[in-house]
Amino acid sequence: MKNNIKEDNIFCLGIESTAHTFGCSVIQFDLFKKKGKIISESRTVYKPPDGAGIHPREASRHHLDKSPNILREVLIQANLKPKEIDLISYSAGPGLGPCLRVGAVIARALSSFYNIPLIPVNHALGHIELGMMLTECRDPLVLLVSGGHTMVLAFSNKKWRVFGETQDITIGQLLDQFGRFLGFASPCGNKIEKYASQSSKKYYHLPYIVKGNDVSFSGILTAAKKLIENKYDKFDICFSLQETAFAMLTEVVERALAFTEKKEVLIVGGVSANNRLSTMLKIASKRQKATLYTCPLHFSGDNGAQIAWTAICEKVASGRAVKVQNALINQSWRLDKVEVNWR
Amino acid sequence: MHYGIIKRGAEADVFLISWYKKMAISKLRNPKKYRNITLDNLIRRRRTIHEANMLHDVKKIGIKTPFLYFVDPKRAEIIMEYIDGENVKDILSKEIAFKIGKYVSTLHNKNIIHGDLTTSNFIKRKEDLYLIDFGLSFYSERIEDMATDIRIIKEILSSAHIHIFEETYESFLEGYALVTNKNFNRILKVVKDIEARGRYARVV
Repeated sequence: MKNNIKEDNIFCLGIESTAHTFGCSVIQFDLFKKKGKIISESRTVYKPPDGAGIHPREASRHHLDKSPNILREVLIQANLKPKEIDLISYSAGPGLGPCLRVGAVIARALSSFYNIPLIPVNHALGHIELGMMLTECRDPLVLLVSGGHTMVLAFSNKKWRVFGETQDITIGQLLDQFGRFLGFASPCGNKIEKYASQSSKKYYHLPYIVKGNDVSFSGILTAAKKLIENKYDKFDICFSLQETAFAMLTEVVERALAFTEKKEVLIVGGVSANNRLSTMLKIASKRQKATLYTCPLHFSGDNGAQIAWTAICEKVASGRAVKVQNALINQSWRLDKVEVNWR
Repeated sequence: MHYGIIKRGAEADVFLISWYKKMAISKLRNPKKYRNITLDNLIRRRRTIHEANMLHDVKKIGIKTPFLYFVDPKRAEIIMEYIDGENVKDILSKEIAFKIGKYVSTLHNKNIIHGDLTTSNFIKRKEDLYLIDFGLSFYSERIEDMATDIRIIKEILSSAHIHIFEETYESFLEGYALVTNKNFNRILKVVKDIEARGRYARVV
């Protein structure tokens, strides 16, 4: 029985350790049906003290500390022994160096000890690929919003092309840095959303910066902090910050949508968990006669499955794997530099 | 009288109408339901007024734009000449990119920043190239703002027109350099700086 499963399926282990999350996952890929299934997934998130950001060294120590348990957990859940894994993948960038190294070290060790092919994966590409697999959309305009990214992308000619992006901080950084200024624990998106929904909905003007399809958030951060210092109502400022920043994002998405005439919009990344943002995008998409797909909440944040799934796509399309000595990390590996062989 | 909608743009709906027995365009910035109403009113009003001013102003420096017939800031509506031509987004070539370069440089020489230079904002009618949509434009002497304009067009060439990116961008820059702009080299340097600001664009 087991042998049959082995012949028709690939089991891929994905290891994610880009920033605050250490996660692993096993995906089973049916070679005949060409369908993947997440058979196990587990993760742990490094929590900095309230009001502070990620300390890369501390985060990497956390990852190192927790990794054996997470790894053991996903293998037990998947009912696999390490040597039964067919493919090992890790997030090779972009991200924090010390954190990325933890995942890479574990991946290299497993790969060389058990002699299993190894594939480095671009973390941002992972968000998109897993989002597309889970929502089953085909040719979307993608809004990637997280702590590390704010980009509007569409696929053409072997690469994800950037139609617009942030010129300074990302939407995740805006939410986190403002939240930390208020003394929240990061990530702060959820708490800011709560504050906004409890506010009196009074709008304070904040810099609304749209340059073509690009956005800039640093002005909002400065202005919002100033309002706090001048003792304006916290709840209303959270509300205004969300309204301004999300309207900017929605506007550039609608612009790109009108230009590309895509019929699908996919929103992925940690900030896609925000309800206000997806409500706004739904309205804009509808106006452009496009359908909005949102990555399921559980997989919107960083996770091992996004890495495992992308590695399977690469493996099936090109068979390309790297030698252990070439399995490096790259902190600044831009998404639009990755060649995608399966689209 | 309305003949119907031509384009449901991201910012505005564009209708073909009859204006004193003439074919005309009504560009109506309808309220955005997703946007906070205070913010939305401000943005729509501001952009309508900017656009109307700029459509008129840039004619003085030889840029072809639609003639302005009527402006209603409150409704956020502009009524203007109907340009019956082809959208450059569909017919972009080296020659057109060269002309776009000349246009942009002419604007920058007069400290006008377009703010939304995409290929779909140019219309070709016979031999003439028309520049439309000045909603995001403004006056500025800053090199940074001029460089941002160039970066925006570079971004669209390298995404939507990737198959002819290199030749069109080169030809755009040739056109841009042709209209003597004393700041050309400095602007190009700042374009690089802005690109390096993109996430993960620099190697740490």
